[in-house]
Amino acid sequence: MIDTLFFALVAAVAVVAAVAMVVARRAVHSALFLVVILFCVALLYLTLSAEFLAAVQIIVYAGAVMVLFLFVITLLNPAAEQQLADVRSHGIVAAVLAGVLLIEVAAVLRWGTLAGQPASFPPPAVPWSDNVQAIGEGLFTTGFLLPFELTSVLLIVAIVGATVLAKRRL
Amino acid sequence: MQTDWGNWGYVALFLLIATGFAFIPLVLSPLIRPRNPNPVKQATYECGIETVGTSWIRYYAGFYVYALVFVVFDVETIFLYPWAVAFGLLNWFALIEMAIFIGILLVGLVYAWKKQALRWW
Repeated sequence: MIDTLFFALVAAVAVVAAVAMVVARRAVHSALFLVVILFCVALLYLTLSAEFLAAVQIIVYAGAVMVLFLFVITLLNPAAEQQLADVRSHGIVAAVLAGVLLIEVAAVLRWGTLAGQPASFPPPAVPWSDNVQAIGEGLFTTGFLLPFELTSVLLIVAIVGATVLAKRRL
Repeated sequence: MQTDWGNWGYVALFLLIATGFAFIPLVLSPLIRPRNPNPVKQATYECGIETVGTSWIRYYAGFYVYALVFVVFDVETIFLYPWAVAFGLLNWFALIEMAIFIGILLVGLVYAWKKQALRWW
């Protein structure tokens, strides 16, 4: 019961924030509403006992990705509000795409299976386990040494690439 | 279904208290403070220079490097988090693994630093 209430509350906040994000005149306000949505999604992950996913959602999306969004907004001209008017003409395309997505979600809920189990709402209860600890144990004890270290190489490529690009512009 | 909320109640409580800690003084202070403004008090800064123009300006593109470097170390945090939580179950091998990981990333930071990508001007 309390789960359903919590879901309804978080989902309602997410939907209101999503509408506000689309309607907002200033791009910065849209970005801040997007932060609210991303936090709501993180809370929904928590209700599915996926606390690692919730933490990653907040760290990566509400943190890193939003920082990039806000930087892009400030690097462009943030005062140019009238440019947003052009976006309105894409409303029909957006509506069609949203409709297709809705049908897709409904189809997944109706016929989809996950690990052989039919999808359901509300989702079946998952026995609580410390899945952050399980992920840490799995990642650092069972043969993920090379992929893990390669991740740091990937990240160093990102740093070097950003530095080279920024230096060329100066 | 009934989710086992574990200790998340405490997290919610922390969140509530932290939010209240920031917002209650903001809401309360206009209600209880005396109200006799004068031009000097209304200035943006009590000391220092007045701002010129709007703050909605285009920022220097070089700052984007800070954002990108932040993103890289943000992703590093994601790996540190399960590592730190599971640390008690891991052996010295995991410690070396993480040291190599951070070491490689530090090379990147030193590179950006040496290339003066982190300068403010």
